[in-house]
Amino acid sequence: MTLTRDGGSLFSANMAGTLRLIVYLALASVLMVLDHRGHWMGKVRYGAAIVIEPIYHLAGLPASGFRAARVAFADRKKLTEENKQLRVDLLLANARLNHMAAVSRQNKRLKKLLDTRRQLGMNVQLARVIDIDLGAFSHRLTLDIGAHQGVKIGQVVIDSHGIMGQVIQALPNTCTVMLITDPDHAIPVTDTRTGMRTVAYGSHEAGQLSLPTIPVSADVKVGDTLVSSGLGGRFPPGFPVATVTHVEPQLSGMFLTARAEPSADMQRADEVLLLRDLAPPVGPPAPVSEEGPPADLAPQTDVKATASSRSTR
Amino acid sequence: MNRQRVRAIVFWSTVVLSLLLMLLPLPQALIAFKPYWPALILLYWALESSDVVGLGVAFAIGLGADVVNGFLLGEQALRLTVLVFIVLRFRARLRFFPMWQQALAVLALLINDRIIELILRSFAGYPLPPVSFAIAPLIGALIWPFVFLLLDDVRARLRAHEA
Repeated sequence: MTLTRDGGSLFSANMAGTLRLIVYLALASVLMVLDHRGHWMGKVRYGAAIVIEPIYHLAGLPASGFRAARVAFADRKKLTEENKQLRVDLLLANARLNHMAAVSRQNKRLKKLLDTRRQLGMNVQLARVIDIDLGAFSHRLTLDIGAHQGVKIGQVVIDSHGIMGQVIQALPNTCTVMLITDPDHAIPVTDTRTGMRTVAYGSHEAGQLSLPTIPVSADVKVGDTLVSSGLGGRFPPGFPVATVTHVEPQLSGMFLTARAEPSADMQRADEVLLLRDLAPPVGPPAPVSEEGPPADLAPQTDVKATASSRSTR
Repeated sequence: MNRQRVRAIVFWSTVVLSLLLMLLPLPQALIAFKPYWPALILLYWALESSDVVGLGVAFAIGLGADVVNGFLLGEQALRLTVLVFIVLRFRARLRFFPMWQQALAVLALLINDRIIELILRSFAGYPLPPVSFAIAPLIGALIWPFVFLLLDDVRARLRAHEA
C-alpha cells in the first residue's frame, strides 16, 4: 500500500493528498470562524457532556489519587502539625468572619441609602451622624461634613425612608441639622390620599409631628401618608414625611388636630443623605445670558462706527 | 479477533489515553512543561502504520480534542491535520532516521505546530501566550524516543501474542 502511495503515480498521489489537506484546512477554518462568531463550542460541549464529563473525571483521577495517597501516607506528626495550624487559621477566619458580618450589615444599610439615591436620580452627599441631641427643646443632629465639603444652609437631609430635616448651621467640617420633629420646625405636607395641604410642626412629644390646623371638614384618617408638598421652596415635593397616627377634634372645635409618626428613622440613622440640589428659588428667573456669536467676532470697523456715532449723539 | 481489529483497538486506546494525558491536571508550575500528547501519538502512528492514520482521522481526533479542550472548535483539528500531512509526506525519510535525528524532526514539527497555534490564537483575538509556551515542544522532542520505544514495544508484544 505504501508503495502505491510513494511510488507509481507519485505526482497524482501527492496532488490528491494536497487537495485533501486543503479541503480539511478549509473545513477547519470554516468551523473556527463559525465557532468564533456563534460560540458553537459551548453548545457542542453541552450536548456532548455525557461523553465529556466522564473523560474529565478520568483525567482528574491521577491527581485526586495522588492527593488521597498523600493524606493516607503522611505521617502522624505532620498531620498533627497541620491540624494545629488549621485550628489557628480557623480561629483567625472566625474572627475575620465576625468582623465581616458587621461590615456586611453596614454595607446593606449603605446600599439601601444608595438605592434611594439612584431612585431619586438626584445629586446627594453621604454623611455620617456624629452627634444626636434629642432633648425636650431641640431635636438636632450633627453630621461629619461641613462647608468645606460643600454643605450649605437649607440643604435637605433624608434617609432611606423619608425626610429627616434641614441644615441650619454649616461649620467648616461639621454641620447641624434641625430635625422635622424639632418643636421649632414646620414642614408643608400633602396627604397622599386626599391631596389636602397642611403644615406639620415638630412637637414636644418625643419623635412625633403634630398637625394642629386641619379644617373640621377635611378628610384625614389614621394611616394616611404625608409627603412634602414643595410649597415654600425649601423641601422638594413628594418625599415621605410622616404617617398619621392619631386624629381628634381640637378643644375649641374649630380644627382637627392630628399626630403623625415621622417616616424617617430618627432614632437609628447612622448615615444620612444630604440633597445637593436646593429647591428652586421662589421669584422671577435669573436673567438669561446673551446669545449669538461672541462679541470679538464682530467686524472691528462696525463697532468703532457705532461707538463713534453714539458718542456723537 | 483478527489483526485489523486488534490494531484498531490499540490505536484508539492510545488516542484516548493521549487525550486524557492532555487533560491531566498538573500543578501550575508544570503546566508549561506538558507536551502535546495527541500530536506525539498521531506522529507515531503516522510514521509506523500509515494505513491507520490519514488526514481524516487526524481531523476527527483534532475535533474530539477541541470539544474536550480547545479554545476554538476546529483549531486542533487543523493543527493535527497539518502535522499528519507533513509526516505522511516525509514518512519514507523520517522512518529511517536514527533516533536523535527523528527527535529533532519531531521538535521541528512540534514547533511548527506551536507556530500554527500562535497564528490561530492571534487571528481569534486571544492574547499572546507567555514565553513558556515554547517549552512544551522541547519536552515533546525529549520524550519522543521513550514514547516511540514504548509504543513499539506494545505493538511487538501484541504481534508476539498473536503469533
